[in-house]
Amino acid sequence: MLAVLAGVVILHLTEIIILIISTSVNAWRTNNKASFDLWYTCSTLNAGYHCEGSSDADWLQAVQALMVLATLFCMLSFIFFLCQLFTLVKGGRFFFTAVFQVLSSLFVMSGAIIYTVMSPDEKDGSNSYGYAFVLAWLAFPLTLISGLIYIILRKKE
Amino acid sequence: MEEEEWNNKGGPGAGPGSGVWLGINGYPAPRAPRPHSLHSSVSPALLSSLILLVSAPALAARRGRQTEAMLTLLVLTAAVLLGAAPRSDAIVIYTGWERHALVGSDVRLSCSFFSWRWTSEDVTFSWSYRPDGARDSISIFHYTGGAPYVDNKGPFRERLEFVGNPARRDGSILIRNLDFNDNGTFTCDAKNPPDIVGRPSSVRLLVFEKVPIQAGVITGAIIGVVLGLLILVVAIYYLMRFLVARRVFNLSVSKHGKKGKGKEGSQQRQAGPSK
Repeated sequence: MLAVLAGVVILHLTEIIILIISTSVNAWRTNNKASFDLWYTCSTLNAGYHCEGSSDADWLQAVQALMVLATLFCMLSFIFFLCQLFTLVKGGRFFFTAVFQVLSSLFVMSGAIIYTVMSPDEKDGSNSYGYAFVLAWLAFPLTLISGLIYIILRKKE
Repeated sequence: MEEEEWNNKGGPGAGPGSGVWLGINGYPAPRAPRPHSLHSSVSPALLSSLILLVSAPALAARRGRQTEAMLTLLVLTAAVLLGAAPRSDAIVIYTGWERHALVGSDVRLSCSFFSWRWTSEDVTFSWSYRPDGARDSISIFHYTGGAPYVDNKGPFRERLEFVGNPARRDGSILIRNLDFNDNGTFTCDAKNPPDIVGRPSSVRLLVFEKVPIQAGVITGAIIGVVLGLLILVVAIYYLMRFLVARRVFNLSVSKHGKKGKGKEGSQQRQAGPSK
């Protein structure tokens, strides 16, 4: 019982960390000399490392919003989990937590899909997806599984 | 002072940008010169005397030292306005500050003015254009003597149209089928004889291929809407619970029978099927 609880909490915390890293680090797409998206275009051209704001494209702004929302909802669901742990009646299910976690996974999925579809692919093939992009795609199944666990999980004692 | 305030507004589009001014407006005056000075100084005096007339009986109804002070203040203000009423003879021209448009679309550049005089028959509007990076400006439109004259040789030939209404002090023009070469500054100069002293006002035209959305607008909008919906749903949920509890309470008070039935039902719904 305690092992299940610890596992669920560790999973949730891991997801929060993954989402925070994926949202804040600027490495969704990388070049040899530059790293693009989600917030800046940082390049090492012209002797020096300087960043400028990424493009004003509407899809990029949508991805930014969705990632931020996913992170927020994941944190909120963790807080609700802690709340419900102490206030729920015996045998109750963590519905609130599960709802927020599933919403967070949906947002991450939407953001990752939009980015995958809309990110411009250069013809020279030097662009590759960065680790923040991989983390975003990783966060989606993790949050979904966590949400489903919360739906099944029941409070004992 | 009021005078300087009005004068400064004649700069590049500092005032309300859109076309129609319903102020001290009128139809084209007859040819014979009217006693303009009397008209212009009548209006502030009229205003102050109206205020006095309206407020005096209301003030007189109340008693006390306060009303006397307010009355004297009003009388002094009226005297000041009557005596030292320098209505400025300057005309104030309003255009926008910047206009954004897409390539190939039409844009309406509005120009209107404020003047203490009635709109005369000899009111003139003239637009001139200075391309980005050029030093000289060319004249592209002139309205005088009741007839508009559009550009038929310059860069705007057959693209310019007068859509204003001089009787309502609106001298706007419409430019069709914009191109990137149309980027530049458009200056409107209006004269309302005998009120001719004023500063022309400029509007800058920017032609885009695609109208840019500012960074972060969509982001903020999405986040705001989702969080707003979340708060709304939570509020509605708690409101429903509160209302159900209240209704149960009312029922139990009135009927003595259905005590707590609804409450248990809602709790069960939240806790899930136990056991």
